[in-house]
Amino acid sequence: MEGDIANMGQFIGAGLAAIGTGAAAIGVGHVAGNFLAGALRNPSAAAGQTATLFIGIAFAEALGLFAFLVAILLLFAV
Amino acid sequence: MATESTNTETKSGGSRMIAFVLIGLAVLAFIAGYLDDYEGSLSIHPMDQFEVAPFFGGGEVGLFTITNVTFWMAMAVLAVILLMVVGTRGRAVVPSRSQSMAELAYSFVRSMVEDVAGKDALPYFPYIFTLFLYILFANFLGLIPGSFTTTSHIAVTAVMAFAVFFTVTIVGFVKNGAGFLSLFWVTSAPLAIRPVLAIIEFISYMVRPISHSLRLAGSMMAGHAVLKVFAGFVGALGLAGVAPIVGVVAIYALEFLVSGIQAYVFTILTCVYLKDALHPHH
Repeated sequence: MEGDIANMGQFIGAGLAAIGTGAAAIGVGHVAGNFLAGALRNPSAAAGQTATLFIGIAFAEALGLFAFLVAILLLFAV
Repeated sequence: MATESTNTETKSGGSRMIAFVLIGLAVLAFIAGYLDDYEGSLSIHPMDQFEVAPFFGGGEVGLFTITNVTFWMAMAVLAVILLMVVGTRGRAVVPSRSQSMAELAYSFVRSMVEDVAGKDALPYFPYIFTLFLYILFANFLGLIPGSFTTTSHIAVTAVMAFAVFFTVTIVGFVKNGAGFLSLFWVTSAPLAIRPVLAIIEFISYMVRPISHSLRLAGSMMAGHAVLKVFAGFVGALGLAGVAPIVGVVAIYALEFLVSGIQAYVFTILTCVYLKDALHPHH
């Protein structure tokens, strides 16, 4: 292993930024879990709400991908 | 019974042609993938697969060079044309396999536009349908081993996202005039916090093309990088590499799912943005 302290900071920063993707996983799980809870209470209304489900997941996922982007930028673009 | 079987036999010619072309593409992709210079199996370079390089021969990438990106973009367009033009050429009452796939895609996107954006969004249906099919086929063609996922490049998805952004903004102003700005003025909130909400709404409106493009490119890039990392484990582990191979298969299946979902999400968000442009009042 060689390299300077700046490289080390780069990798640590990328690792810290990757935590954000885990936070997005919590968000996506929250959306999907609540959808399932609601869908099991009223299955007849569930089919009409799948579009809303995917929109919610997409918004939650986008923020996690921002964190992923920061990690990638730190690794390859700094 | 007999007429039905002859009918399917004549109509399956188009779908068989599509299958042959796709298999040919796969074989071509395999050869192209293995002609690349192969590095040591122990080193994992998950981001190397996203490098833009000339498709035929080596050399510099110029303005009009056919690169792997442009080649696979053209293949995606060709696949869409094959499905929609060749598939629906027969116009059979009882559809062949390819025609029923084309009809399925058409009715799926059409009902999505109608449900999410409303009946008056149907004039924009061809644009949204084109976006959906192109992204879907680009994602699926990117899953062929040795091929190139064009949608993993932010440059490709950003063009589509900004095109959607400008289209939606122009449509909003043309249809509603200055009334389009009421999108930022949340009348359901108390008057005191409306200016603050207006700023937040404005920022979230402006960040739309970024998140719209980054979502597709990011999930495609992340998925393919993970595939490559697991493939690197196979080489590093030797005989025990059977375990990562199972992992690669599982992730490949997941990527197949993600490809479809991301195309769906991109399309449905376009519909949502379009709905905001056509009916800006909260």
